[in-house]
Amino acid sequence: PAPGLLTIHEETHIYINLNETFPCVRLLNATHQIGCQSSLSGDVGVLHLLESEENLDWVLRTGPNPPYMVILESTLFTRPILMKLKNGSSRVAGVLAVQPTSNPPEGFSPHTSCPNENTGVYSETYGPSYAHCNVTMWNPLGTGISYEEFDFPIFSVKDDNDTEVIRRCYMEHNRAVNGSTPQYPLCAMQLMSHMAAVTDTATCMRRNAPTFSLAPDGVCDPLGDANIWASTKPLNSSTKGHKDGVSVLDSRSFFFDVAPGADSAATGLVALLAAASALHNATAELNRTILYTFFNGETFDYIGSSRMVYDMAKNDFTVDLDNIHSILEVGQVALGPDSRLWLHSDPVSKRNSSVNVEVQTLVSNLQAAAAGLNLSLGEPNVTQPLPPSSFQRFLLERPIPGVVIENHQTSFTNKYYQSMFDNAEYLKLNYPPNLTPEEQLELVTDSAKVATTVARGLYLQAGGELAQMSRIQADSELVSKMLYTFLVRVNNSWFDQLVKSDWTGNRPTNFYIGVTGQYFSEPALMVQCILANLTGSIANITEGNCQDKKMDKDENMNKDRDSFCVRSLVRQSKALSPAFELSEYTSKNYSTWAESRWSAIKGRIFLVASHDLEMLTLGVGVGVLLMSLLLTYIVSSKADILFSSGREPTNATY
Amino acid sequence: MTAAVFFGCTFIAFGPAIALFLFTIAREPLRVIFLIAGAFFWLVSLLLSSLVWFISVQISNKESAAQQKGLLIFGVVLSVLLQETFRFGYYKLLKKANEGLLTLSQEETMPISIRQLAYVSGLGFGFMSGAFSVVNILADSAGPGTVGIHGDSQHYFLSSAFMTMAIILLHMFWGVVFFDACEKRCWWAVGLVVVIHLVVSCLTFQNPDYTATLVPAYVILFGMGVWAFYTAGGSLRNIKLCLTCKDKDFLLSNHRPR
Repeated sequence: PAPGLLTIHEETHIYINLNETFPCVRLLNATHQIGCQSSLSGDVGVLHLLESEENLDWVLRTGPNPPYMVILESTLFTRPILMKLKNGSSRVAGVLAVQPTSNPPEGFSPHTSCPNENTGVYSETYGPSYAHCNVTMWNPLGTGISYEEFDFPIFSVKDDNDTEVIRRCYMEHNRAVNGSTPQYPLCAMQLMSHMAAVTDTATCMRRNAPTFSLAPDGVCDPLGDANIWASTKPLNSSTKGHKDGVSVLDSRSFFFDVAPGADSAATGLVALLAAASALHNATAELNRTILYTFFNGETFDYIGSSRMVYDMAKNDFTVDLDNIHSILEVGQVALGPDSRLWLHSDPVSKRNSSVNVEVQTLVSNLQAAAAGLNLSLGEPNVTQPLPPSSFQRFLLERPIPGVVIENHQTSFTNKYYQSMFDNAEYLKLNYPPNLTPEEQLELVTDSAKVATTVARGLYLQAGGELAQMSRIQADSELVSKMLYTFLVRVNNSWFDQLVKSDWTGNRPTNFYIGVTGQYFSEPALMVQCILANLTGSIANITEGNCQDKKMDKDENMNKDRDSFCVRSLVRQSKALSPAFELSEYTSKNYSTWAESRWSAIKGRIFLVASHDLEMLTLGVGVGVLLMSLLLTYIVSSKADILFSSGREPTNATY
Repeated sequence: MTAAVFFGCTFIAFGPAIALFLFTIAREPLRVIFLIAGAFFWLVSLLLSSLVWFISVQISNKESAAQQKGLLIFGVVLSVLLQETFRFGYYKLLKKANEGLLTLSQEETMPISIRQLAYVSGLGFGFMSGAFSVVNILADSAGPGTVGIHGDSQHYFLSSAFMTMAIILLHMFWGVVFFDACEKRCWWAVGLVVVIHLVVSCLTFQNPDYTATLVPAYVILFGMGVWAFYTAGGSLRNIKLCLTCKDKDFLLSNHRPR
């Protein structure tokens, strides 16, 4: 029997696995690769808890046991420190970032300071003075680390018991007391997040082709998903003059699959969904059709909107570009204490007087819509370009009049734009802790004002009468339920009634677009279900026949009750960048973002012994082997002498 | 702990066994066959004893640590007894096989003596026992980490390797002594071999106090080695002859027929 009998499985005595980790993965576009990479079997480094920026010296120069695995507390997860680690990466094995328990008060945005600057409408040919954020830097807190490339793995962990184990391991074994070097064995960590794709999208798509690559599964996938859109009346090709209400469905952060997207996505889409619900009964009398469009992938160079505009321009879409009368986009609309919203419009297209007139009408309709709602709407008092918005992609094709509603006059007020901190806490959705999730769901928050304004604005734009406007009111309870569902917990009683919920979780929605695949992302599915329920009508048809009906049909299933069939005009359209349709992987006009594939992502901590001890073991082993070879040779050559007593002459054996 | 420790521990554990195999067994196909058959017999004994232990664990109270430890001790004792039983069974089988080989072969004498069979079968038992003892540990030693994060001793890999080396050599010595005792119908020697095997196995319960395990194990190893040496026909006189490098002709010329 083996030594150490009471250990059933040695591996558990050597390694402690990290349970819940959020890695940083590699993304590629036409020219660059961004994100993090580890070696094939993971990177091993001695743990070091960074105490301050000066302490980086230990990691980068003076520490005796490189490479180091650096643990960064949230206050130290900044651009200067990450850049220094990147430059000294021969001594850095990886980074473990510990999430803080509450949002950092000074703000944090890993996104670029001028989002989507190369795929917006402003360029050398269109409003050159507005291009590249010359007039207004939209995201001043943006450090751009999401778009840097690191050749070591960076993982994020929550600050819980597992992280406490890591800190304790460091304190016991690795801490250098008063200038002495820490003694072996030292606490170390291994992070594994090997990314298959390299260089840029063109390279990885070329390697995806099965005839070329040794890896038959492919090395990367394009980012993409579905746009969700709906119309208030059935469409035929002769209808003209649609009003388009637009919102954004996605968000991102530095780490993979972490995208709470509260202000950057959820507020806008909840407002538009509530507006659609408020307008549901009033649309019959309107003479223009309203389209509600939710674009996916806007964070990554306008994937969804560029695809829809491309389809429209090719006459591949039910609606033509010429039939769009105006666009109203609902951007980041989380209200601050002063309840002010701003209406942004494009100064270049407004030079045309007819467009300018339409824009002014739209602005005045919106301001009329907001009257009496304790909400002030104004236009920015500087001549500035449009903020990053899907509307810009429409302007690239046609000078359509439009307005973008935002909660910032110049730069973003969102201190956590496209980061993991853009969450319910930031929106002050701070429910009292003694409420159950169901009670939190019922708590009404004051956010229906924006939805009512959007609904009334669309109503007026579509030909509704001012006198009738006041009966259009967004339901506050609906708004708070939707906010709760998207930002706090998807699995709740309200959402349960709408859809079969075996794919929902006890956590907020993840707004990351993800790769094109057979399943749609969570936000697209959720918006589709919610919009169908809010704008459709229940049809009295059994389950089997539901799918067989016309293409406008949509079916919902319910977990506890009998499934019911909903007739609505909600549709999906593909949100895959035209660059992948046209196979132009180096395109400058369209988004070319792709996500690398990987095999395993995990991390574990353990102790490492000194190199000397390892070499000593090897030396002893080789010595034992040589000694035994020698001894055996000697003994076997003299065997008949050594073992001869008590034996008959040698030719007899018994 | 990386490749250095992996190879170091492999050489420590299997070094003597590999040396013995290379120089004394590899050239003779019959010995190889009997070695592998011996290993197989040990494997079957392990299978049986682990089956019994597994069943008893399933029906036991999994929460009670004392009961689990008791079951483990029971399992170890049962395993030792089964191994020795199978060694005896292999002896019986080899006796029968030898008669058959004699009728088959054209020579008048047996191609392989019982003494050689004892050595080869003991080594076969040792190889398989060593493999099962240490292969899992070697696989873990190839990874980047070493034992210790939960507070266990760092010398786990090294002591496992040394213990395995001792066990392999012990099995070889036990084989020699056991077969000889069976030939001479010396049942007390057989019983003593079983008792010593039990003692060595139970020594490992003292882990992680590796000194208390390894030192007695090596003392017993030395003792068994001496006993096996004498059983196999060695004596102090032969060693002196060997060391003073008298050659074979001198020996033959001095050898008086009985």
